[in-house]
Amino acid sequence: MTDRATLRPLMKALVIGCGRVGATIARNLLEEGWDVVVVDENEDALSRLGESWRGAFVVGHGMDTDLLREAGIEEADAVVVSTDGDNTNIVIGQVAQKRFDIQCVVVRVLDPARAAFYAGRGMRTVCPTSTAIDALMETVRTCDIPRVEVV
Amino acid sequence: MYVIVAGGGKVGANVARSLLRLRAEVTLIEQRRDRFERLADEFEHQVQRGDATELFVLERAGIARPPDIVLALTGDDEDNMVICQLAKEKYAVPKVIARVNDPRNQAHFDLLGISPTICATSSIMALVEHEVPEHDLIHLLELRKENLEIVEVQIDRDSPVAGMRVEGLRLPEGARLISVMRNGQAEIAVGSTMLEAGDQVLAILEPGKEDELRRVLLNR
Repeated sequence: MTDRATLRPLMKALVIGCGRVGATIARNLLEEGWDVVVVDENEDALSRLGESWRGAFVVGHGMDTDLLREAGIEEADAVVVSTDGDNTNIVIGQVAQKRFDIQCVVVRVLDPARAAFYAGRGMRTVCPTSTAIDALMETVRTCDIPRVEVV
Repeated sequence: MYVIVAGGGKVGANVARSLLRLRAEVTLIEQRRDRFERLADEFEHQVQRGDATELFVLERAGIARPPDIVLALTGDDEDNMVICQLAKEKYAVPKVIARVNDPRNQAHFDLLGISPTICATSSIMALVEHEVPEHDLIHLLELRKENLEIVEVQIDRDSPVAGMRVEGLRLPEGARLISVMRNGQAEIAVGSTMLEAGDQVLAILEPGKEDELRRVLLNR
């Protein structure tokens, strides 16, 4: 097998949805040496990437298959779907998996129930709500609370 | 018959109303408060408020029974797709029908295996196409599940097949002529049927073969 790293030094990531989460992921990936294309329907979202943004930015909706092609989804190694709509993310994630055959598709789903259902169907869902619940629970459990003496 | 209708806009509310008239058991789900309150006056306990893409909302509406049909009729295509996937794959609902709001999303519904779907825009456009004489090949019916479609072609004087028998045509693979309409009379197209200028021909074919069929029948 050919070492793909020698053929393609740059791994390419598509980040769909440039909110706080998407923008930070895009910046981090770029810093780690990825070739990054960000897609957002709102042009103003570009400002979240900072003035020094050297990656690509495409304005449009992630449901638009032609736009995804234009953004280079066919050559993408990874797709991160992080718009503010759970169902939009779920559908775009499946389009990336099924139509474009992307192996690494990561999808943000805020609703734990839907995240679990689609995870069970082979989608890499990440649920910030569940993560927050776990962290908050753990923090509460480990709080050092002085015991009240019961007389 | 038990039906869950997701989405209480004009489409959903009217469908729910019609179903109730047919004596079906119906639960209508609407997310927006203002709409829900208006619907509650009419539908009372048969309308519930909530996001029909949330599992607990669907379960409250009795999706685990499961219903005979789930209709995903919201104004949001992504929501409709997720509702259908949850209904079919998590709750084994035997039949789901989805509304397509934006015809550009049709391919996504197809990709996810959601069928049947209904799209008002596409239906209207199909009717308009039928009225526009410049369209030499008119889509009459799409049999999505069978991956076939029925089209109408007008044979004109310049057509290379005018004066030929059906058996002599070099039709593309995956295409057949069904019938020939001449002077208001339709007859089934058989091998010996002679084509003439002015004929309206119905053909059944696999989607994507339109151009080949047009080339054979009209040389365009």
